[in-house]
Amino acid sequence: MPQAANPAERAAIDALLGPPASGWDGGTRTDLDGHVAFGGLHGAAADRHLLLPALWEIQDQIGHISKGAMNYICERLSVPPADAYGVASFYSLLATSDRSSRIAHVCDDIACRNAGATEILEELSDRADVHTGPCLGQCERAPAAFFQLAGQRDRVVAPATTSAIQDVLDLNRVAEPTPVAESTPQLRNGAQDLSVMARVGRVDPLSLDSYLAHGGYIALRRALTMGPQAVVTEVKESKLRGRGGAAFPMGIKWEAVAAEPAADKYVVCNADESEPGTFKDRVLIEGDPFAIVEAMTIAGYAVGAGTGYFYIRGEYPDAQSSFEEAVQSARRAGLLGADIEGSGFGFDIEVRRGAGAYICGEETALFNSIEGFRGEPRQKPPFPTQAGLFGKPTVINNVETLINVLAIVTAGGDTFAGTGSAESTGTKVFCLSGHVHRPGVYEVEFGASLGELLAMAGGVVGDFKAALVGGAAGSFLMGDRLDLPLTFEATRNAGASLGSGVIMAFNSDTDFVDLVLRIGAFFRDESCGQCVPCRVGTMRQEESLLRLAAGSGDEGSLLADVAQVMSDSSICGFGHAASWAVQSALRSGLIGGSS
Amino acid sequence: MTAVPLGEPRRLVSLTIDGQEVTAPEGSTVLDACRRQDIDVPTLCYLENLTPVNTCRVCMVEVEGSRTLVPSCSREITEGLEVRTDSERVATSRKLVFELLVSSIDMSLVDAPTLGWMNHYEVDAERFGSAAKTVDQEVKIQDDLYVRDYGKCMLCYKCVEACGEDAQNTFAIAVAGRGFDSGISTEFDTPLPESACVYCGNCVAVCPTGALMFKTEYDMRAEGSWDESAQSVTTTICPYCGVGCNLELHVQDNEIVKVTSPIDHDVTSGHLCIKGRFGYEHVQNR
Repeated sequence: MPQAANPAERAAIDALLGPPASGWDGGTRTDLDGHVAFGGLHGAAADRHLLLPALWEIQDQIGHISKGAMNYICERLSVPPADAYGVASFYSLLATSDRSSRIAHVCDDIACRNAGATEILEELSDRADVHTGPCLGQCERAPAAFFQLAGQRDRVVAPATTSAIQDVLDLNRVAEPTPVAESTPQLRNGAQDLSVMARVGRVDPLSLDSYLAHGGYIALRRALTMGPQAVVTEVKESKLRGRGGAAFPMGIKWEAVAAEPAADKYVVCNADESEPGTFKDRVLIEGDPFAIVEAMTIAGYAVGAGTGYFYIRGEYPDAQSSFEEAVQSARRAGLLGADIEGSGFGFDIEVRRGAGAYICGEETALFNSIEGFRGEPRQKPPFPTQAGLFGKPTVINNVETLINVLAIVTAGGDTFAGTGSAESTGTKVFCLSGHVHRPGVYEVEFGASLGELLAMAGGVVGDFKAALVGGAAGSFLMGDRLDLPLTFEATRNAGASLGSGVIMAFNSDTDFVDLVLRIGAFFRDESCGQCVPCRVGTMRQEESLLRLAAGSGDEGSLLADVAQVMSDSSICGFGHAASWAVQSALRSGLIGGSS
Repeated sequence: MTAVPLGEPRRLVSLTIDGQEVTAPEGSTVLDACRRQDIDVPTLCYLENLTPVNTCRVCMVEVEGSRTLVPSCSREITEGLEVRTDSERVATSRKLVFELLVSSIDMSLVDAPTLGWMNHYEVDAERFGSAAKTVDQEVKIQDDLYVRDYGKCMLCYKCVEACGEDAQNTFAIAVAGRGFDSGISTEFDTPLPESACVYCGNCVAVCPTGALMFKTEYDMRAEGSWDESAQSVTTTICPYCGVGCNLELHVQDNEIVKVTSPIDHDVTSGHLCIKGRFGYEHVQNR
């Protein structure tokens, strides 16, 4: 007899999915069940996309996913239990075995370990309910801790101390989250220059009226009068490139999806910001959520999509609730839903919460995650514009990229293209952390140099040694690169990459071997495991770095070989980039004996 | 005589492989096109009767205009495609993928073609050191029909596909966990007899590394009596029902030691049910 869900588990699932309709999907069996058809497998399998939300519901309410709860979810959604287990065990925030219902995930990633996380973890090392984890996207107030509290809202505490962590776990003493405008220092040098961040800190993120008073929904109204084709043209002319890391021209994506004849298309906003050192999207979501709602609506209008998905990383509970409130306010005001502003165009947004998997920021892995499968990337082609979410043509853009659409539609693509540099138009929001005096998000017009940005963040604490630009999937830039303009083209020519806009500064006291080891461990931890080069390669890379740290002299050729096979033959960008930071640290002499 | 279905006529697409102009029917993959030319391309996770998952990455080729190498098993050919299978870059990548595999799993039971490729690419896994982490673990023996030795599992996804949509539609197993620690598992690692498994053995039939194995073969290997050169293979038709599945009975010392079905048989495509696969005891109940 399969194990049954207990009443609390059943109630949690029924609250999400509604009560079961019959004995076929987990309800009480009646005589009638033998005589009724319920749309067959096809109808039932259509609910698979609710698997991750259902697993989250149990995790949130109960604290772990028991066999009984899993069975009940599977009955309700017609998902095979082995499959559901495969999905649940993929995500680090979902527990498939009994554990404490109150868990702290203390970030020991690059920024936090330089800000005291190592010491905190040492002091709490005897506690089973304190876990270490990858970057929590709170680098400007490192060290950070994320709490999963069953039956309560999940919380973030940053900066965290040993006693603050104990207080949350043992005494349930949690301070209210600090509004982002107070927590995140930004330099407002000439406030009118800011574009993407223009409203952050000024607008009340929970009030639609406040958003409207700060120029909100002017862009959507303008778009509705322009017509979809004209919106795509403006976006194309703006030469806007994606801000999530791949720097793909946004107009080309939009144009391709708009041209697809499919009846169902989707807009996806990628808010799974997990690149170590990146926190700009969190600041934008917490500080100006309506801008994202509006930009997604414009995207839907331009390409002919009726549904948008907002996929946010699980470690951002505050950003998620701020976005969810914005969606609800927009719905109430008729700015989402059927017939927006009397235009005949209908659009709505669903929010999906990731569950602790960096790889789900990869676009096709993100689709699989929404669809209720393991977050494993797909081989491309086909590209998302042809076959994306649910196999339909899909526009997928990062948060910051989407917000740029508002300025493009309002001011015109030409005007936008006139700012920044030739290939990098507009502004860029950089995330500065590490050894700088004022870590935070800084928006500049493209063209500012590395040195200028470091200066904006108050300069380097101590003697500058290197900056990790682009995150764990980025590369180290040394003192001779301080003049390098941080544009897509200039960084590419310098053999580096802007990535998601991470600038992590390190002074000469930094233990780079330890730092690069953490990057190696990060990639080994976060590899989805699907393809051999990345699954085994990230393990061999870390082992080699460990030997290097222990004083082995000759790891260069092995690391180079592993790097080559990972970047040549992995399925997705994760594997392709898994060796970049390590290789650049070797090239710059930060590790490998010659430093 | 077997009737051969011809199917829809397909347009021929021309492409270049290793500098040679060739043609292949529209809808073919690069791998199909290579094999039409007798160009040897190694494969591990690919099988004719399963949907390509391109996870093993040994069939990689160079395609003009592509930044990375391309899995030939899943890339459909297009007009004018320029493919290289013989470049230094391709050879290096294949060699390294084999080395990564050998360094992490027990590949002692792979088939002859795979051994041939490993020799060809001069695979040397020693370079990763004796401390290189492997997936070595205890063999799972939970019933009398087949064993699961996941220390030999290369995670090719074939068994999951055969258990699921590509053949059996039972969905008893899936990939669980993440990264290096991922592995094939039932829900919560429930023992097979208590899982949804129906013992069709289709997972055993598609396994390329011997991680899944008939219990008979496992026991005979353990006692040292397994000898493929002393085995005969007899093709017959399954006696149980009217479907007409072809069976290949592998017989050693007048005992059936393993049952397979030809992959090109149009009734089974190589897949069987528990009766055809394991229901042979009565034959030798003397």
